[in-house]
Amino acid sequence: MDLRQLLELLTVLIPLPPFLAFAFIVLFFNRWKRLSHSIAIGAMALSFLMAQFVFWTVVGWGGEALYEHPVAVSIPWLPSADVALEMGVFVDPLTAVTLFFVSITCLAIFIYSVGYMHGDPRYSRFFAYISLFATGMLGLTVSDNLLMLFIFWEIMGLCSYLLIGFWFEKPSAYRAAIKAFLTTRIGDVIMLIGIAYLYTQTGTLSFDAILRNEEVLHELAITPSVIPTLSVAAAVGLLIFAGTVGKSAQFPLHVWLPDAMEGPTPVSAMIHAATMVSAGVYLVVRMFPLLAVGLEHAAGTPPMVAMAVIGTFSAVFAATIAVAQNDIKRVLAYSTISQLAYMVAALGIGAYIAAAFHLVTHAFFKALLFLGSGSVIIGAHHEQDMMKMGGLAKRMPVTFWTFLIGGLALSGFPIITAGFWSKDEILAHAWAHNPTVFWALAAGALLTAFYTMRQICLTFLGEPRSHHAEHAHETPWVMTGPLVMLALFALFFGFVGVPEDFPVIGEVGKALFHGNWFHHFVGATLGEAPEALPFNPIPVSISVGAALLGLLVGWLVYGRQPLAEGQTDPLVRWLGPVHTVLRNKYYIDEFYGLVIIRPTFWLAKAAYEWIDRGLIDGILHGLARLGELWGILNRWVHRYIIDGGMVDGSAKLVGAIGREFRQALQTGQVQHYLISVLFFLCTFALLYLLYLGVTP
Amino acid sequence: MIPLSWYLILAAALFCIGTYGVLARRNAIAILMGVELMLNAVILNLLAFWRYGEPTTAVGQAFAAFVYAVAAAEVAVGLALIVVIYRSRRTTDIDQINLLKW
Repeated sequence: MDLRQLLELLTVLIPLPPFLAFAFIVLFFNRWKRLSHSIAIGAMALSFLMAQFVFWTVVGWGGEALYEHPVAVSIPWLPSADVALEMGVFVDPLTAVTLFFVSITCLAIFIYSVGYMHGDPRYSRFFAYISLFATGMLGLTVSDNLLMLFIFWEIMGLCSYLLIGFWFEKPSAYRAAIKAFLTTRIGDVIMLIGIAYLYTQTGTLSFDAILRNEEVLHELAITPSVIPTLSVAAAVGLLIFAGTVGKSAQFPLHVWLPDAMEGPTPVSAMIHAATMVSAGVYLVVRMFPLLAVGLEHAAGTPPMVAMAVIGTFSAVFAATIAVAQNDIKRVLAYSTISQLAYMVAALGIGAYIAAAFHLVTHAFFKALLFLGSGSVIIGAHHEQDMMKMGGLAKRMPVTFWTFLIGGLALSGFPIITAGFWSKDEILAHAWAHNPTVFWALAAGALLTAFYTMRQICLTFLGEPRSHHAEHAHETPWVMTGPLVMLALFALFFGFVGVPEDFPVIGEVGKALFHGNWFHHFVGATLGEAPEALPFNPIPVSISVGAALLGLLVGWLVYGRQPLAEGQTDPLVRWLGPVHTVLRNKYYIDEFYGLVIIRPTFWLAKAAYEWIDRGLIDGILHGLARLGELWGILNRWVHRYIIDGGMVDGSAKLVGAIGREFRQALQTGQVQHYLISVLFFLCTFALLYLLYLGVTP
Repeated sequence: MIPLSWYLILAAALFCIGTYGVLARRNAIAILMGVELMLNAVILNLLAFWRYGEPTTAVGQAFAAFVYAVAAAEVAVGLALIVVIYRSRRTTDIDQINLLKW
């Protein structure tokens, strides 16, 4: 077996171990907690090793070589008539990078869960679910076609539902689970329509056959779709983007993600920050050639315009809400929406590589932040309200420092954090392509830095504002270990994507990675890496300025003079009613409740009362009653006419005749029998002679 | 040569006598004798038709020989039955042997 075959085999096997772990835990080892987590972590470690082996091998080949000969293998599956849907794996540079960060964050979170879930009554089940989830994410990453991707996409949706509602004793948890499931379902259904539409147009769903084939893309771009003025490519792109809007929680389907924080914190970190919501962005990055086809003729294709608008809006919108939240996890949830929106907006302006880069760095630092907040929650005895924390820096030093690193990366603190490099890349592209997007995203960056500083100050600085915070303690090594590991990535991963002409550090990047490694490697997913933007000090200064200004303002408001116990947030005083609106998330939940959920309930109730109970049940009851009457009639007819009259009557008749005959004929004497034999013999002989025999 | 019809009439008369014996006699042995008469009538018929039909082959005689053999076997079985019945019931009167019914 040569290396390529080995890679193909390993890629096929990557999603398998967590799935087996899921099956074994659910079926056999539900009772043994230690065994369950050992199996889950062991399986994930196996997947991790395989994924890393694949990643490092293809990195050795280089992006162009991998583009020319991707690691791909597929088998026909679901043959129908003369076509067969294929099922297989496909590794190009984008897949490789995604495998890299997914396997690392998943493994870190698996290990962390041992500490976080300690003592939970459904401990084994938790590990079974997250194993299934890992299967979904790894499978989605290596899928070579849209249908398979969609299947894994839905497996993740299911896991998300199960894990958000993991503590289903809490009404808020199961409501959040249902809300998440239904909200993402809207996007998924639209996406499925898009996939089906694409299939009807091309007859295939394979990435290789669609995205890497200029002719097919061109054909799709010039064929008009059922919607006037849109080409097929644009219509499919918009429909598929709807899936991303649901999965990655973009406006207007963002409402589920903050509520999803009801789930255990490792779940929030893995599913609702680092991987599953990233899958939405991964999908649009993956489909970018389709979304952008025809770009050379126009300023932006319809899907890209939609992405730019929704991404930019969601980025700023979610950031403003995050400013006014007090729950430590909800702040992070809104920042996740905001950061994912950066990636979507980046794709909208064509910054393909920057979006992928931010996807990876965000996964690291957001997983870190969530795990850090989980550590805080465990350390502070399940207190989630930041207003009741404070002073945890001294009590939980490892958590504090790692959280600080994550927070700075999220804010885009210059040079030393990964978040800076990726966010800067997006902003540089925005500056070059679309000033409106740039200024909006810069404002978002400012808000991000501000609320991050607010969170850090409220949580870790000053004096404890509650009994729980006062008695907080550092968490065990299984929790801090993953934090430290992710913190390293949050600090240093950015250096693989330093622009080549960036002052000083660009030179270091050239020396270490032969220039902008990420740009060259992932850029090769489209065949040829696009030209890197020339270095422009203006957007860099503005983004650095926004980050530092936000952090500074946050420090001035919350850090210089920490809040005392019972003191209200100074923002409440300064912003007044605006704060109330922000705090209530622009009343969007209430709006949806009023416009969608309430009427749906009424409709359902009306349908139930009138149509179901009244009309349908009425008809059915009527039919049943009719049947019953018919049955009664039948019974009467049966009993008295058929049974009584005909069956019994004829039986009696036959019986009587039989009795007579028996007594008359059956004497038991041979001679009597012989007489009748003779009689009939003579009769038949006579008949024979009369009618047949005599006539010649 | 005596015409064929004479033989047939004789055979028919024999058959009728035999039949009458079978149907009317009360003694089981007499009934058996009636059966023998009927068989003899059949043999007579067979031989007459052979003689007037195809005298060159010996089919008629062969048939007659078979019928004799069968008749002898039948009488042997019949007499054995009658002996058994007589031993159990002390009679050969056919009127009293009336168990051949339901």
